[in-house]
Amino acid sequence: MTEISKKDRMKIPRQAMPEQNPLERKNNFLEVNLGYTEELAKLEALRCIQCPKPVCVEGCPVGVKIRDFIELVAQGDFLGAAAKIKEDNVLPAVCGRVCPQEEQCEIKCVVGKKGEPVAIGRLERFVADFERQNVGIRTPKLNPKTGKKVAIVGSGPAGLSCAGDLIQKGHDVTVFEALHEIGGVLIYGIPEFRLPKEIVKAEVDALKDLGVEFKTNAVIGFTDTIDELLETEFDAIFIAVGAGLPYFLGIDGENLNGVYSANEFLTRVNLMKAYRFPDFDTPVFDVKGKDIAVFGGGNTAMDAVRTSKRLGAKNAYIVYRRSEVEMPARKEEVHHAKEEGIEFLMLTNPLKFVDDGNGWLDGVELQKMELGEPDSSGRRKPIPIVGSEYVRQIDMAVIAIGNGSNPIIQQTTPDLSFNRKGNIVVNDANMKTSKKGVFAGGDIVTGGATVILAMGAGRTAANAIDQYLKDSNW
Amino acid sequence: MYKIKHAEFLALDIKKFVIEAPKIAKKRKAGQFVIVRANDKGERIPLTIADSSIEDGTITIIIQGIGKTTKELNAMQTGDFFLDVVGPLGKASHIENFGTAVCIGGGVGTAIAFPTAVALKEAGNKTISIIGARTKDLVILEKELKEISDEVFVTTDDGSYGFHGFVTQKLKEIIDCGEKINFVLAIGPIPMMKAVAEVTRPFGIATVVSLNPVMVDGTGMCGGCRATVDNKTVFVCVDGPEFDAHKVDFNQLMTRNKMYNDKEKIALNHFECNYDIAYEKAKSEIYQ
Repeated sequence: MTEISKKDRMKIPRQAMPEQNPLERKNNFLEVNLGYTEELAKLEALRCIQCPKPVCVEGCPVGVKIRDFIELVAQGDFLGAAAKIKEDNVLPAVCGRVCPQEEQCEIKCVVGKKGEPVAIGRLERFVADFERQNVGIRTPKLNPKTGKKVAIVGSGPAGLSCAGDLIQKGHDVTVFEALHEIGGVLIYGIPEFRLPKEIVKAEVDALKDLGVEFKTNAVIGFTDTIDELLETEFDAIFIAVGAGLPYFLGIDGENLNGVYSANEFLTRVNLMKAYRFPDFDTPVFDVKGKDIAVFGGGNTAMDAVRTSKRLGAKNAYIVYRRSEVEMPARKEEVHHAKEEGIEFLMLTNPLKFVDDGNGWLDGVELQKMELGEPDSSGRRKPIPIVGSEYVRQIDMAVIAIGNGSNPIIQQTTPDLSFNRKGNIVVNDANMKTSKKGVFAGGDIVTGGATVILAMGAGRTAANAIDQYLKDSNW
Repeated sequence: MYKIKHAEFLALDIKKFVIEAPKIAKKRKAGQFVIVRANDKGERIPLTIADSSIEDGTITIIIQGIGKTTKELNAMQTGDFFLDVVGPLGKASHIENFGTAVCIGGGVGTAIAFPTAVALKEAGNKTISIIGARTKDLVILEKELKEISDEVFVTTDDGSYGFHGFVTQKLKEIIDCGEKINFVLAIGPIPMMKAVAEVTRPFGIATVVSLNPVMVDGTGMCGGCRATVDNKTVFVCVDGPEFDAHKVDFNQLMTRNKMYNDKEKIALNHFECNYDIAYEKAKSEIYQ
């Protein structure tokens, strides 16, 4: 390849990723982002100045060798790049799509100090897609079998990442999933237009090819308890069940027909395919021509509101009590939502849901807010403006204000330590819980967070489990 | 895949399934339920476990064909497979020796009350069972309940069998006759459970009902099954399904259960147009 100077590399502008036209995509569930072409990918990869000490890697919770894979992309060795990523990340096509790179690797990028950072996420996505579409996902070599068995509870990002690492280290791995499909939030939560389910399936299939066993319809705590798993078959357990107990606002009228948690709304549409009712049996409120409001400002809120638009909602609102600056959703998601015609009602707080007289939602009483001093989260605290109350007519509401922790493991595992919020207490360095042989990570430890943080926890746990299986130290 | 080892109609549109599910059979306690999905386009629906056999590795569920999914399930036969059966879910019934316990089952609710009646008897209670049905042909589990109850009463709305009237009238009669009742379990249609709660309330008799809201995952993840009990929101799947009857907001539950009525009609039409033959065949089994 022709040598190209650092200065010239820095002159190349950040390459945009082709997208589906907003006017078309707001009517379909196909993926919004279309991904780089080979040419765009090579050009973007050339923007990387190949720092001797790549600080971007420090921003990645699983430590992907970012500089090295990008260099391979620049050279046109896309399969080599894929192999390089997979040394550290078992779900590259997923992460390339849903990681908040702008807060992790890309924020550290040296090129980004003076201009825009290298589009690491888009390159990761391209590389993973290139491999999958051209030669199929290739599996890495496994260490010799150790004869040890590990149970992983939950098949979301934390569980899958842990499974991928442990199987490569030579351990037998069985993943237990409560639902009927593998993938956890990647399947039931994140919509098709942001993360096609085929891609999740392909990456899960790659883990199956490596020898990971998956058991669906297994609610650990009920079907088997943690103790039973430890006593009967397994040498160690990684609990990665996610948050999985939706918060509600706690205001009047929240149990009216037409009010959903984001989990329920998204599960009906994504996992149960309610958008194809009646060919699929599970229904969801028919939003065609209706006005809907989603309460919350995170990625899940964006997913829910954009889903409702695709299902035919006339007006779809995001209602958030702070301002757009404080919204935890990725900028890209907010931008996409706006392009699709979502209206943002900022500094607005719901007071109560209004009954139509027959138990159905008819509207919501809202109150305007203003921002005061920063609160404990560091964000400016919203303060109600007295007298600003008004009622907006809506037909469906979705509550997307996060998740508490699911009580099933807690109720059935008496000697495991939980904090007041119901999260499992672990040693952050190794994900060890209070119970010998039991590790935990992901949202059940941190509360609702991101896919990649959960994957990072899965990776940390895998290393610690590997060590524990060697020395039995606790 | 979960094999149907045995399927038979107990009454018109009420079918009993014995399903191979050894783990669930071993773990389940009275009051717990499973989530069942017939096929890859199917809904996930909650069904209380009526019985189980650890030796055979089976659980028994009893389904009344009302909507599309239940009718489709009831069209399945011995040797067929349910795609998904997950459980046991929910909290087990609270069982103790209360003294005298009355178990009331309305319609297919009798199947749900049955395992708890067994457990109450085993705990030493004097157990009185009341089976309510619209008409004689719809009375189920009378023989089974007689085996484990001290007394069994059958009521039919039309008077075609047993006591002519509602379960609540029978219950009131028992109370009025001076029977000291310490505990009542009532499982059936919501109006029945609500009426039972009103009969026992003035007497301060501890009364428990098993709620049957719409569910999706059955593990607390979606919150679709929420109900109001004691003025607080509960998730029936993980906090229940059994609750203090005197504190349940039955009206809200009734409204919430109607949420998809219009969709149910569409789904049922869609199903009956496509599956008429299979369903008729299954229905004819009862007359064989």
